[in-house]
Amino acid sequence: MSATTSAPAPQKGAPAPREGALQATLGYLTGQLRQLGLFIALIAIVILLQILTNGVTLSPRNVSNLVVQNSYILILAIGMVMVIIAGHIDLSVGSVVAVIGALAGVFNNKMGLPWLPTIVLCLVAGALIGAWQGFWIAYFKIPAFIVTLGGMLAFRGLAQIFLHNTQISPFDEAFRKIGSGFLPDLGGGTSYLEPLTMILAVISVVALATLGVGARRGRARNGLAQEPLLWWLGKTVFMAALILIVAWQLASYRGTPIVLVILGALVIAYSAVMANTVFGRQVYAIGGNLRAAELSGVNARRVNFLLFVNMGVLAALAGLVFTAQLNLAGPSAGDGFELDAIAAVFIGGAAVTGGIGTVGGAIVGGLIIGILNNGMTILGVGTEWQEFIKGLVLLAAVAFDVFNKRRASRSAT
Amino acid sequence: MSEDAILEMRAITKEFPGVKALSGVDLAVRRGEVHAICGENGAGKSTLMNVLSGVYPHGSYDGDIVYDGEVCRFGKIADSERAGIVIIHQELALSPYLTLAENVFIGNERAKGGWISWHRTENEAVTYLRRVGLHDNPGTKAIDVGVGKQQLVEIAKALAKDVRLLILDEPTAALNDDDSAHLLDLILDLKAEGVTCILISHKLNEIKKVADRVTIIRDGRTIETLDREEITEERIIRGMVGRDLTSRYPDRTAKVGPELLRIEDWTVHHPLDRSRVVVDHASLKVHEGEVVGIAGLMGAGRTELAMSVFGRSWGTDISGTAYKRGEPVNLRTVQAAVRNGLAYATEDRKQYGLNLIDDIARNISAAGLGKLSRGGWVDQNREHVIAERYREQLKIKTPSVSAIVGKLSGGNQQKVVLSKWMYTDPDVLILDEPTRGIDVGAKYEIYTIINALAEQGKGIIVISSELPELLGICDRIYTLSEGVITADVPRAEASPERLMQYMTRVREEDHL
Repeated sequence: MSATTSAPAPQKGAPAPREGALQATLGYLTGQLRQLGLFIALIAIVILLQILTNGVTLSPRNVSNLVVQNSYILILAIGMVMVIIAGHIDLSVGSVVAVIGALAGVFNNKMGLPWLPTIVLCLVAGALIGAWQGFWIAYFKIPAFIVTLGGMLAFRGLAQIFLHNTQISPFDEAFRKIGSGFLPDLGGGTSYLEPLTMILAVISVVALATLGVGARRGRARNGLAQEPLLWWLGKTVFMAALILIVAWQLASYRGTPIVLVILGALVIAYSAVMANTVFGRQVYAIGGNLRAAELSGVNARRVNFLLFVNMGVLAALAGLVFTAQLNLAGPSAGDGFELDAIAAVFIGGAAVTGGIGTVGGAIVGGLIIGILNNGMTILGVGTEWQEFIKGLVLLAAVAFDVFNKRRASRSAT
Repeated sequence: MSEDAILEMRAITKEFPGVKALSGVDLAVRRGEVHAICGENGAGKSTLMNVLSGVYPHGSYDGDIVYDGEVCRFGKIADSERAGIVIIHQELALSPYLTLAENVFIGNERAKGGWISWHRTENEAVTYLRRVGLHDNPGTKAIDVGVGKQQLVEIAKALAKDVRLLILDEPTAALNDDDSAHLLDLILDLKAEGVTCILISHKLNEIKKVADRVTIIRDGRTIETLDREEITEERIIRGMVGRDLTSRYPDRTAKVGPELLRIEDWTVHHPLDRSRVVVDHASLKVHEGEVVGIAGLMGAGRTELAMSVFGRSWGTDISGTAYKRGEPVNLRTVQAAVRNGLAYATEDRKQYGLNLIDDIARNISAAGLGKLSRGGWVDQNREHVIAERYREQLKIKTPSVSAIVGKLSGGNQQKVVLSKWMYTDPDVLILDEPTRGIDVGAKYEIYTIINALAEQGKGIIVISSELPELLGICDRIYTLSEGVITADVPRAEASPERLMQYMTRVREEDHL
């Protein structure tokens, strides 16, 4: 799930002639400080909150809630990290969530369309919104900050127009499932653990291990340097354990939330796109040095345009999930989501100047924010303090980045 | 040493890490004269002027600056300006959205207690602008006047600082003929008013017109100072290029095949000023296995020519035809140019050539991802294998191809750029200043790579400011002067003096 699998940067220097696996691993880890730090931070926060809340944080019900309630921010963060890697920003996604919610209300509630056409039409609407903004950004070279700031205002207004300044509710049962539904319970609701969830978890673990081994074999066949074995093993075991623990908790409650399946598919697909496809490479190339990318034959305008179309579709999806969860389309839906998504991306290690960032990092960043929100709510911390603390966390994460970069450049010269 | 010198620079030596830019330069400027400084690109002219104006503070160089009979220790630009020394750099430093009046007094505001007096600003600005022959409204924004007038505003700015020694670095490089002539007249007017002027210029006709004396600098050393009656083009050129050609170039016997690429009647206009012709009806060709050089001084339009051919990456209103193996070919976008077997390795690696925050392997594959991918998926293992191959072949010094490109030395970065384009397997490679800023050993390696590519039957176009380099590696050399190709010289007939003559030849009649 994390992008570590996709970018197997070999250790500095050729594989050292067996200076001891442990030393090799430690040497490698200093180069991975950022990713490691992010993960350790996430775990530390989880453990801290678990203690402070007397075990409520990791209770089956709360784990399920955590997944469901953060899903739309995480979906937004996936699109946002790609936009930010390319050196842009999108401030409009919160308003797009509202507009799509309103449209879904009109389609599903007012016009009585079933769930599938509603979803398809809303995703198409998202793509059109993205194409509209992408057109101005890519082909008219208006800074994304301006275009999407305009979008933020315009689409918020459009949502209110569609809703006639009221709310639309309810939505039909089937539509609500994409927000708050669960996969069917193979145990018939009576088993101690829901079997399908555990089956999916085991399949994921096997897939993770198989893909990892396959990647190592491929590198070995080509005579390329490997990640240290110890680090790779540790990482894989850790990831597997994490999947199994989460699955266990979910299975003890109501099974696998449908949005988790959606989210999982998106994370896998987009991590692969960013790490392994020509398109992903072009996004990094544009963000790293636009002129150099253009002079290497990258069609930057096309890439930028597609990035915003993609962001529009993902924002629409987030809007659908959010609306389905609340079972309500309101004019203020999605207010401030853009900032949560942007914060997730930067906590996840993306660079403001573009060219750096990963989907996995953005997801971990989003989880850190989500778990902090959740834990502080359980502890009864007021929203004013929640905002305050989230702000400090964002600053600390980026400050750590800057510090880390400076340290690295000093040791290089 | 000399009668009534306003400035004497004695034995100025300035070192940068790894490079000795100036070694013991002497310069004596008399009060009230126009003193020209000549030298090839990189000879040390700009460095010398930066030492004088305090850009490089006292203590960072060796030697003495004696100005008005006193030894000066300028710690910053403001110190030299207080003494009346003002330098106008090649790149104009006007603030585009401020008015002419505001620009004249930038950093030197007509103010009292921090409050600007707009009446004084405007009134005095008009006086200074008149002195340089500008009658525009002082409220006009700088961006709304042409480059020629902007250059005059720079001089007005210097006058407002009570300039006594005015240094102009390539003042006419960006100007058209009329504006250039006007500027030269102004320099003579200022001289009549008692302003001493140091003029750095490549254009020998300008020097002959206005200079009282010329000092020639080469490789960071003063070669000689000529009096007005001694100034001849031949003498200056000999001084500028007369370095011994002992630097080594690998041997190659050219096997020149059929014609690969031909450009005809290529004309390019400046993207910001459509009236300026930057490349003027240029025609050139390159054959299989041939290394062709383009020689030209700064501002001659070399890079502009190359980039406009490569996917129209520079300029507007581009006209002309390109032929590949005799057939007209579409080079209108970078993608089309790459598809049709063209490659352009830029002179500015950091700005235009590399993604400095990414690793070596990904930079090498950047232009050839199509070859590395199937159905849009990049084969990353093969990518690393290929990067390793170029690392060995081109001797890129790095612990790993996963190292970040920004941390490599200039020579190794250049090899990454070359690898990137070699991987696209082009027929024609345009190499723009391929050895700029890299050390001698790496240069030799780059020449070897160029030879190997020519051996494979590729056509190579090398743009270089270093004439010995062109003479050392090219089979044929085009000279470019003010956007016009002035000659096509086979290596056997080429000499530095001859090339420099063509490079400084000014067009006789207007092609417009």
